[in-house]
Amino acid sequence: MKILVCVAHVPDTETKVKISSDGISIDQSGVNFMLNPYDEIAIEEGLKSREKFTGEVTAISVGGDSSKESLRKALAMGCDKAVLLKINSVCDSNGVAELISNFAKEYQPEIIFFGKQSIDYDSSIVGGAVAEKLNLASISVVVKLEIENLEVTAQREIEGGHEIVKTKLPAVIIAQKGLNTPRYPSLKGIMDAKRKPIEERIVDAPAKLVEVNLMKIPPAKPAGKIIGSDASAVPELIKLLHEEAKVI
Amino acid sequence: MKYIAFVEQRSGQIKKNGFEVVRASSNLAKETNSEVIAVIIGKNISSLASELGGFGANKVIVIDDARLENYSTTAFASIINQVVKKENGNILFLSATAMGRDLAPRLSVKLNAGLAVDCTSLKNENGKIIATRPVYAGKGLIEVSLTTSVQIFSLRPNVFNAGDSSNEQATIENFTPELNDEDFKVQVVAVETSSGKKDVAESSIIVSGGRGLRESGNFGLVEKLAEVLGAAVGASRAVVDAGWRPHEEQVGQTGKTVSPTLYIAVGISGAVQHLAGMSSSKCIVAINKDKEAPIFSIANYGITGDAFEILPALTSQLKIFFGKS
Repeated sequence: MKILVCVAHVPDTETKVKISSDGISIDQSGVNFMLNPYDEIAIEEGLKSREKFTGEVTAISVGGDSSKESLRKALAMGCDKAVLLKINSVCDSNGVAELISNFAKEYQPEIIFFGKQSIDYDSSIVGGAVAEKLNLASISVVVKLEIENLEVTAQREIEGGHEIVKTKLPAVIIAQKGLNTPRYPSLKGIMDAKRKPIEERIVDAPAKLVEVNLMKIPPAKPAGKIIGSDASAVPELIKLLHEEAKVI
Repeated sequence: MKYIAFVEQRSGQIKKNGFEVVRASSNLAKETNSEVIAVIIGKNISSLASELGGFGANKVIVIDDARLENYSTTAFASIINQVVKKENGNILFLSATAMGRDLAPRLSVKLNAGLAVDCTSLKNENGKIIATRPVYAGKGLIEVSLTTSVQIFSLRPNVFNAGDSSNEQATIENFTPELNDEDFKVQVVAVETSSGKKDVAESSIIVSGGRGLRESGNFGLVEKLAEVLGAAVGASRAVVDAGWRPHEEQVGQTGKTVSPTLYIAVGISGAVQHLAGMSSSKCIVAINKDKEAPIFSIANYGITGDAFEILPALTSQLKIFFGKS
């Protein structure tokens, strides 16, 4: 079975956002980047599927040279191959989807795994768009997955509950936290990953459908009131919530 | 211009976010002199159509089909695509819910339309829609416009005000889309609802707990307060990772980004990634022993004290408060 896992290289969750001088993106100086946490879940599920069905797992990323770091981590976790679709200019989500689906047409995977969203732009567009471009089935925000004889049964998270969804392979599966616990790369995995090649392909970024006009920091909240240091502050809190904030 | 508003219903009831989408489209439509066409899909849902005129829909297109009782990503995307094309719709609005987020990318490809997801405000600038949406889980905001002739915007639930229903009535039209077996290749076969439990993404009040509660058993205090307030229970990443709480309760950058009216953070210090997910809440209350905790920098009201003492007092006094009012 051929399994494709799509990964993104993103600023880590501790990043404090500062706006870059271009006014439309973040200032990357001093920012640590990491493998998108939802994509680790996608990788783990890819590896589990390979353990069950045999075959190979290929990790793919769209980006610049720095994305190799996250692809290297995917290899260290146990992916067999890594592909970097290298772009020179910025690409929006539909563009990334276009590039990945072009690769998938050639690679012909039975399953394509994505993380729920990349934690930079939080768009959750790429997975669904790839499925549509390839005319594939897709299930998003998956927290439980079973595959038997090409039949897929998944649980997807909805507001206040879950949906049980059925489909057949080939399919796009978009992973949500809770689906599994991603493994840590073993020392051997890390050493092996250094020797595995990352295939690089230089591709043109497709035209953008979304134009970012400006990026800003949300207005800071004015400092609030400390109304006490024990339970005696509770009546005052209730009064303020009712009369001043008018939220109860 | 023609605006198409997809209205989500579940179990024969229009979701609050469905009314929000119709109202938000209608508010913009007034400025751009556009028509709002609401679309509602399901089984035995025709009677719901009459509720939408009061929120600003000019026309409601109903797709009522026994096969559409449960959600199917492929079938719903195919139907909405057919409606937008048939009506020559220019802009499609939907809600950034589990369903809306699932449908939007597929429709973006089908309609060759740019897509701005999870928008928190929309404005009209000379006929062009400018959307604001949070990035980095709310640590930043971007203003975007779309370059395509057909455009899609998904709206964050709980942010746009649906307002009250008026007496306006919309024209109601039934539509029979073309659907084949292939359109049902992905199919929801059952829905499991967590009975009585409110979801953080939908609730207007959230009570969240963190490490300061010391152990999972103490979350009962948070649950009791949430019950009195009719609130959802939320959690910090630390306690979800520790296995105290299910991941669907996690608020923050790797959990849910929420904007409730009232957010009460108990024993949560306020890591950057947590603050990102909840700082757009309208009113924030922080209860934490540590006076230096970052959560106090964004809280409207803070009590720097022991949660084990404050929570029971707050719960019992709120009971009395609600009993009287």
